[in-house]
Amino acid sequence: MKKKNYAGQSSGKFMKLFKKILLYTVLLFGVLATLFPFFYMIVLATRGRSEIFSYPPPLWFGDSLAENYNSLMASLPFYKNILNSLIVSTSATVLTLFFCALGGYGFAKYEFKGKNKLFFLMLSTMMIPMLLGVIPWYIMMTEFGWLNSFKPLIIPGAANAFGIFLMTQFMEDIPDELMEAARIDGAGEFEMFYKIVLPLSLPGLGTLAILTFLGSWNNYMQALLVLESEAKYTIPVALSMLRGKVDQNWGAQMVGTAMGIAPIIGVFMLASKQFIAGITEGSIKG
Amino acid sequence: MRLKKKHAPYVFISPFFILFFIFGAFPILFSLYLSFFRWDGMSAMRFVGIENYQFVLTDPWFWQSIFNTLSIAIMTTIPQHVFAIGFAFILHRGMVKFKEFFRTAYFLPYITAPVAVAMIFTTLFGSPFGILNATLNGLLSLPLIGNLLELLNISSPIRWLSDPNFIRPSVAALLTWRFTGWNIIIYYAGLQKISNGIYEAASIDGASTRQTFFKITLPLLRPIMFFAMLMSIIGNMQIFDEPIILLGAMGGTNRAGLTTAMYLYQTAFGWTEFGTGSAIAYVLCVFIVIASIIFNKYFRREI
Repeated sequence: MKKKNYAGQSSGKFMKLFKKILLYTVLLFGVLATLFPFFYMIVLATRGRSEIFSYPPPLWFGDSLAENYNSLMASLPFYKNILNSLIVSTSATVLTLFFCALGGYGFAKYEFKGKNKLFFLMLSTMMIPMLLGVIPWYIMMTEFGWLNSFKPLIIPGAANAFGIFLMTQFMEDIPDELMEAARIDGAGEFEMFYKIVLPLSLPGLGTLAILTFLGSWNNYMQALLVLESEAKYTIPVALSMLRGKVDQNWGAQMVGTAMGIAPIIGVFMLASKQFIAGITEGSIKG
Repeated sequence: MRLKKKHAPYVFISPFFILFFIFGAFPILFSLYLSFFRWDGMSAMRFVGIENYQFVLTDPWFWQSIFNTLSIAIMTTIPQHVFAIGFAFILHRGMVKFKEFFRTAYFLPYITAPVAVAMIFTTLFGSPFGILNATLNGLLSLPLIGNLLELLNISSPIRWLSDPNFIRPSVAALLTWRFTGWNIIIYYAGLQKISNGIYEAASIDGASTRQTFFKITLPLLRPIMFFAMLMSIIGNMQIFDEPIILLGAMGGTNRAGLTTAMYLYQTAFGWTEFGTGSAIAYVLCVFIVIASIIFNKYFRREI
């Protein structure tokens, strides 16, 4: 806007103010549309069934939160489900960080025969839709005896093309001299990885950690396929099963939904800048 | 045991290739193999040739699912990107404060689990008592807007999730809500790469905001637009979580919201027709490739 006066003196003070108000109105309308569903989730979480299914619907908080919470707890081991999600997402993240960092190190810091071809081969696997192999994937999980365990949600994705690609990008900036010096001092190849390369790749690891944790926490289809008992459900499966248990009790469903998204939103609020930077970096590089 | 420098990189990159071979390549090839058999996972596999493909390609439910998937994808991709480019432009060029706040708020839906989003939207879309219908009632009772809505033949309550005409737009609305913020962030990052010098030169030449937007911003955003829209198309062709939560396994009334991913899931895991399911997976994959190629060609020519 500042640059506009430069050119057209016609746009007077009034026009400028008007435009500014218009811009903020549009932006705020966007915020309202974005945040309203979250707000309404909390409203319904505090409302009883008869209040929700009446006209006009409630717009402000009520006093049925405890009641809704109790019916949620009566229908599912919900804290166990949150714990399951934490276990799955944390293990998946730790394993992914390790294997992707290792793979990225291999591609970024070594010259070897077939490197470009292997790198290209790895990248091209990112284009394959996950649905293509989902049926045999499920059959394999059955054959491995991995049904109703967390292994299918942790192990298969632990060394993924996207993560290795991301880590390769970050590690290419680490100067080779550091490693040459370490090699002369007698450091082993793996030793250099965890003593030199890993500490220098922390920002990249942070990005990958965020993306992996988020993807794992929100993963639905695969969890739905392999998790069979309530005590093993992760949050998305638990939420979807809640529908069948407390069909008309939207209050209880919204309590569960709020509890299920709270950990991710909490982390996001604490580190939204790194979060957004990490995700854009990840996707634009990817 | 000490790792030699010559062997080290192969060892380091091997976990990916091992895991991909077991959990990626093998299932994909086995899926192709399965698509020529009839199998329920228990009894013996029976070779049926191209029967599964014949069945899928003449199955009205399959074509309906393709139609549903494509129309949802189109109905959400276009508004997502129009809004996102507009908002990103305002955030970038408009001298507004609290940019960080706006970006954070817009991004929130993207990090929220699709299942959770669909649970929340089920309540918003409630009929007859949901909040959207209440809002619609309010609008209908207003003088001018109300008459306009009546002219458009809109009456309350709308059965968002059970009227076949509204099911797909409702799913698309949810997806638009969920992904617009993500695209804003992507476009915003793209805009930051456009040098300020170009904008300054334009304003010295007396370009209006509108001219700046259409002659500078849009053309320079093209590579990002290509990438972001292709991601939307490929992602939306596989949409599963949101519609299955909103509408149930068969996509609601007259299967109006049954996407191909849901149909695949139902065929394979509901009806245990693994062979037919695999054929659906391959045909869907071909559709995704075709959609990407068409988009690629169209995009290169048009913008």
